[in-house]
Amino acid sequence: MCLKAKAELRKSDPSRFRATLPGVLSRLFPDSVNLTAAVVHDQRPLRVAVMSAAAPGTSKAAHSDVAPKKKKGPGALATAYLVIYNVVMTAGWLVIAVGLVRAYLARGSYHGLYYSIEKPLKFFQTGAILEILHCAVGIVPSSVVLTGFQVMSRVFLTWAVTHSVREVQSEDSVLLFVTAWTVTEIIRYSFYTFSLLNHLPYLIKWARYTFFIVLYPMGVTGELLTIYAALPYVQKTGLYSVTLPNKYNFSFDYYTFLILIMISYIPLFPQLYFHMIRQRKKVLGHVEDYSKVE
Amino acid sequence: MDALALEAAGGKKVANGAAVAAPLPPPAPVKRKPAKKAKKAVVFFEVEILDAKTKDKLCFLDKVEPNATIGEIKSMFHKSHPQWYPARQSIRLDPKGKSLKDEDVLQHLPVGTTATFYFRDLGAQISWVTVFLTEYTGPLVIYLMFYFRVPFIYAPKYDFTTSKHWVVHLACMCHSFHYVKRLLETLFVHRFSHGTMPLRNIFKNCTYYWGFAAWMAYYINHPLYTPPIYGEQQIRLALIIFLFCQIGNFSIHIALRNLRPPGSKTRKIPYPTKNPFTWIFLLVSCPNYTYELGSWLGFTVMTQCLPVAFFTLVGFIQMTVWAKGKHRSYLKEFRDYPPLRSPILPFIL
Repeated sequence: MCLKAKAELRKSDPSRFRATLPGVLSRLFPDSVNLTAAVVHDQRPLRVAVMSAAAPGTSKAAHSDVAPKKKKGPGALATAYLVIYNVVMTAGWLVIAVGLVRAYLARGSYHGLYYSIEKPLKFFQTGAILEILHCAVGIVPSSVVLTGFQVMSRVFLTWAVTHSVREVQSEDSVLLFVTAWTVTEIIRYSFYTFSLLNHLPYLIKWARYTFFIVLYPMGVTGELLTIYAALPYVQKTGLYSVTLPNKYNFSFDYYTFLILIMISYIPLFPQLYFHMIRQRKKVLGHVEDYSKVE
Repeated sequence: MDALALEAAGGKKVANGAAVAAPLPPPAPVKRKPAKKAKKAVVFFEVEILDAKTKDKLCFLDKVEPNATIGEIKSMFHKSHPQWYPARQSIRLDPKGKSLKDEDVLQHLPVGTTATFYFRDLGAQISWVTVFLTEYTGPLVIYLMFYFRVPFIYAPKYDFTTSKHWVVHLACMCHSFHYVKRLLETLFVHRFSHGTMPLRNIFKNCTYYWGFAAWMAYYINHPLYTPPIYGEQQIRLALIIFLFCQIGNFSIHIALRNLRPPGSKTRKIPYPTKNPFTWIFLLVSCPNYTYELGSWLGFTVMTQCLPVAFFTLVGFIQMTVWAKGKHRSYLKEFRDYPPLRSPILPFIL
């Protein structure tokens, strides 16, 4: 179904629209008016939940920002917790960023930087699983399914590909997606932190809705190349694979599974990317209009 | 009745009440007075149909009978817009409101003599019967293709061979029996509330049924298939459970069919009948799903195959969602709904 039809569907049949990918995404993304109003004009403390999950610039689903004003936000305790969570995550990814820079300066080359940030990367990326919990509990009005999908795809790449297949750890493609993730997450988590504290600098908002244009394809490229590099080793060693005969009459070929994962990027990436582009027009476009009026 | 009343007033003394119940007198020369007819002049309605999202005027019908049903109005609308057959029309009083039913009568709706309705296109529709037949024929055929090991599935040396394990033959019979039963029930037993569903459902449903059937059949009919650990005992027990639940499921379908006169869409509370398999109605709102779960559990144990277990699990989750929905509608619609019943699993779920 083309985008225009989906837009019409959105007005005509909200329940069916919700089932489409843009429908799910746009349910999570606030109307730009609300976002601008809530962040710029609203004098009340922004007691709304914060979307947590990877922002633009990464693979798979993107999440929404500030919830519409009608929804009840989290209580003061939940807001405090979320601020702490987002601050910690911002700090964590900054650690990874600094680690990458220091390792580069020390070694003098781009190769093999993964090893210098392996532990913090695993720790903080896995920690993002908490964001699924935030949605499930309700302090973040995002979809559990979408957040889950997003986080688990990152965790999958971290553990089931990069960690499990040692031979790909020295690949440059790993640096490509790690860099993309790092920059994205620093911006995203600081965006949420400032939003929660009701002091969002325009620069951060602009960065969040602009950097993805480069970071998203960069990250996707890094991920795909890494999975591709892992394929021969998986096939050779039969990693995570189960063959017949066995008493459960079940088999699983991890090699084929990885190929299917790679293929799944083809329909998913364009949808998400162009959704983010549209969101950017909505969120940043309005502010440009205001300045034009002046 | 007028005739009788006039007769009585006319002084014809009727024998002590006895003849009152007598058949109506032959068409008495009692004509409705013209004045009465004028009072009962038929007031025709005008019907205006607007698009629910754009509020464009799509159709204007004048001289609509007050006792016209929404179904009839849909047919009239279809004449002016042939691409929107009645099944894909959603007519409502409020653009964001609920759809009106086909049986609703125009004059009983809260509208003036010029009624304004809003129209929404439900999209291409396909009949439930068509969807059911398609989605059930697939697994039947696909499983048999794996059973007979048609070429390109397994290694060429196994083409058209048969398994040496008798449980594989038994599993094929059970699986085929199950889907033949479903096809026959679709044709002869079920009485559907809705005629149609959105067209895209057929792709979704067929992918689910056909995909899982192929996945299960691949392993069960595989040359390297491993029969159940506990051998004959396990298979026999599983078969008993399977057959018991098949009969149970069929009994429930018959009981539900008998609740509803042919061609109607009435809804009544189902109760246990003389058939012992329906006594489960005492504890469960949707025992058809309970028995269905039981059948597939039996099949899982019979084949000892993990993909079958997955299929059972996914089916169970979906049926639980449906059962909970059905249970909730029962509770909403009937004040005296038996409180002991659970949606799908007695006392548990």
